[in-house]
Amino acid sequence: MSDTGGHDAGHDHDHSPPPDSGEGLGHYNVMEIAVRELLIEKGILEPDQIRAAVEAMDSRSPEGGARVVAKAWVDPEFKAQLLEDGTAACASLGVEMGPTRLVVVEDTPEVHNVLVCTLCSCYPRMLLGLPPDWYKSREYRSRVVREPRAVLREFGTELPDDVTVRVHDSTADMRYLVLPLRPAGTEGMSEAELAALVTRDCMIGVTLPGVPA
Amino acid sequence: MQTGRLIVAKFNVGEKVRVRDAHPMGHLRTPRYIMGKAGVVERICGEFGNPEDLAFGRDGTPKQSLYRVRFAQRDVWQGYDDGAADTVDVELYEHWLEPMAAKHGDAQ
Repeated sequence: MSDTGGHDAGHDHDHSPPPDSGEGLGHYNVMEIAVRELLIEKGILEPDQIRAAVEAMDSRSPEGGARVVAKAWVDPEFKAQLLEDGTAACASLGVEMGPTRLVVVEDTPEVHNVLVCTLCSCYPRMLLGLPPDWYKSREYRSRVVREPRAVLREFGTELPDDVTVRVHDSTADMRYLVLPLRPAGTEGMSEAELAALVTRDCMIGVTLPGVPA
Repeated sequence: MQTGRLIVAKFNVGEKVRVRDAHPMGHLRTPRYIMGKAGVVERICGEFGNPEDLAFGRDGTPKQSLYRVRFAQRDVWQGYDDGAADTVDVELYEHWLEPMAAKHGDAQ
């Protein structure tokens, strides 16, 4: 946008319609509608099956991931299984990964992990629900992989210089979950109380879990 | 986790590999920033349909072993001046990897 004059002086602002206005459907919007209508017309899927699948997708939330993290914090056996085979460990809690497999990366006092998909927006949806817009943004995807500490600082996360930062680029069939360090001062807390400290962003690795008040 | 695998993975965990510096047309799951870079196999993830084939509605065979390869950030980005030990792990299919002894370039 021009930085001089008022609205009439430089007419160079963005006139594209808002995404849900129905104007100017993009290529993929048109494609999605066409495929959906064909699937229904040919009797392959019922409209309610499509609706139910969307509802199931929308119903997943970071609470699923938080439950997994809190259990790993209190149950060493589960934690060992989670790190060895994340897919099987989550299945034992009733969370199925579908065609993908889960790799859980563990933070330690020496190592901090952070997730990205530089190619698109691969994300552990089964555990965290739909990804936030910033995770899908070109800016996050291009920057976190080459200047992770600067990006983490913008999320308010300052890491000591001697902590190693490991970026995990989710480029193919694996999905990732960060197992953050259990905060100090949480020794007496129950699994459910611990789960409440585990946020979406700390399971992506851009923040650390909150400390109890 | 590796039981019942039909395909023998060509590279071992801990082995040094280089990513092919190739730029074929079509749908790739190999990010450009990692092409030509050398790293170490962190784990073998199993075998998966080749996405370059699946993207065109084909069956993705022959399946490919999928690896997680760990790269030192300083080897990936010129002038990376954060933590000297910082790394980036990338998932790569076997046909994108070549042993470090091989001549760097377009195999296959």
